[in-house]
Amino acid sequence: MHEFSYHAPTSVNEAINLLATHGAKARLLCGGTDLIIQMRAGTQQPSCVIDAKRISDLRRLSLDPATGLFLGAAVPCVEIYQNEAVASRYPGLVDAAKLIGSVQIRDRASVGGNLANGSPAADSVPALIALGAVARIAGPDRERTVPVEKFVVAPGRTVLKADELLVGMQIPLPPANASSAYLRFTPRNEMDIAVVGVGVAVKMSGEGCLEAQIALGAVGPTQIVAKEAATYLAGKRLDEATLEHAGRLAAQAATPIDDTRGTAEFRRHIVSVLTRRALLATAARLRPNHSGN
Amino acid sequence: MAKTRIEATINGEPVEFLCEPRQSLLEVLRDVLNLTGTKEGCLTGDCGACSVILNGRLVCSCLVLGLEVAGATVETVEGLAAGTELVPLQQAFLQQAALQCGICTPGFLVAAKALLDSNPNPSETEIRYALAGNLCRCTGYDKIVRAVMDAAALMRQGQGRASSPMQGREA
Repeated sequence: MHEFSYHAPTSVNEAINLLATHGAKARLLCGGTDLIIQMRAGTQQPSCVIDAKRISDLRRLSLDPATGLFLGAAVPCVEIYQNEAVASRYPGLVDAAKLIGSVQIRDRASVGGNLANGSPAADSVPALIALGAVARIAGPDRERTVPVEKFVVAPGRTVLKADELLVGMQIPLPPANASSAYLRFTPRNEMDIAVVGVGVAVKMSGEGCLEAQIALGAVGPTQIVAKEAATYLAGKRLDEATLEHAGRLAAQAATPIDDTRGTAEFRRHIVSVLTRRALLATAARLRPNHSGN
Repeated sequence: MAKTRIEATINGEPVEFLCEPRQSLLEVLRDVLNLTGTKEGCLTGDCGACSVILNGRLVCSCLVLGLEVAGATVETVEGLAAGTELVPLQQAFLQQAALQCGICTPGFLVAAKALLDSNPNPSETEIRYALAGNLCRCTGYDKIVRAVMDAAALMRQGQGRASSPMQGREA
């Protein structure tokens, strides 16, 4: 690896000051499962690496009955799915956190890093979008918030400015009649990158859908919100014809490319299949006799 | 770049070392501390050959900076056996012939230890998922999985050391 300076600040302010000094040549280190690989490959050559893991705000995972979940940017995936209170309220987020990499990766990698890395195939991002997550960003003058669906602007590029850092994600508390799911398609069961990922959150009344959110991953330059499919579902019973049509609308929202992992046509088809399955999985989680995942 | 003095606990012993920011924990273990049981494989977090347990969690030491372990506890494959006495996991790997070239073995042992520390009675499926981050290119996975099941059974029986030959395996 190239030479760089290493800093382990203990407060957001200290980190902001380091960013003010080093600007675009600084990078935040959370789990390192993207950054260290990129530095070793030479695709990222920061002169200053700021280890975020000693900043308590970025390591905070807290559930508040009024404001919902705060998920600090440096909280590793393992802490999300091992937290039963979080797992029961945000099953879609947990689906994604459990799918990322191997045990070795999930013990280090953070959802904040997954978001800030800006990959269109990031597993946690469709789940965050479906759950209505908002990114909290600290800068030199003030803190600002950006809905997660607007955070990534192009592959590898985000709204973060050189002097800003992602503090974490605020995720509203889902009502009792709501649940969520994230499904992805990969050729292998573990250790693979999504060919398609679909995150959904649904509010139900009996078998009827009151409100839905659907977000798609790996089928466009950034994650895509399938608005028409979600709007269509409001007020509908989730019967086979409705699910099929919602899947079709979601597939129409996708803008995939052909690459080594799948053709555009295949990806569109998988979007419709996964949308239907994710909606069914979410509805199943809301049934009274449902246990576990 | 100046070196920083780092204090950590490695395999139960307090250790001090000097480290540059660009050195990974893997480099520190192998090149500075001469703990060469931990292997270098892919350097991208895909193969698990460099697995160690950092503050109770399984990680790839190639994806950790040496400076990050200040004040931390690290367990490597060298910390498994007490002297020349092998622990049940190591015995079971030998009994089941769960290794061929041996490069992936330290990573598998450490990953299996991390699994058994938290789940003393894993199913075959749980073992396969828990070891999915460790690659064996001699493709001996079945024997590795059997070895972990045998070791788990022995450890549940409260045998501190696996000294008797293991017969058959638990389904």
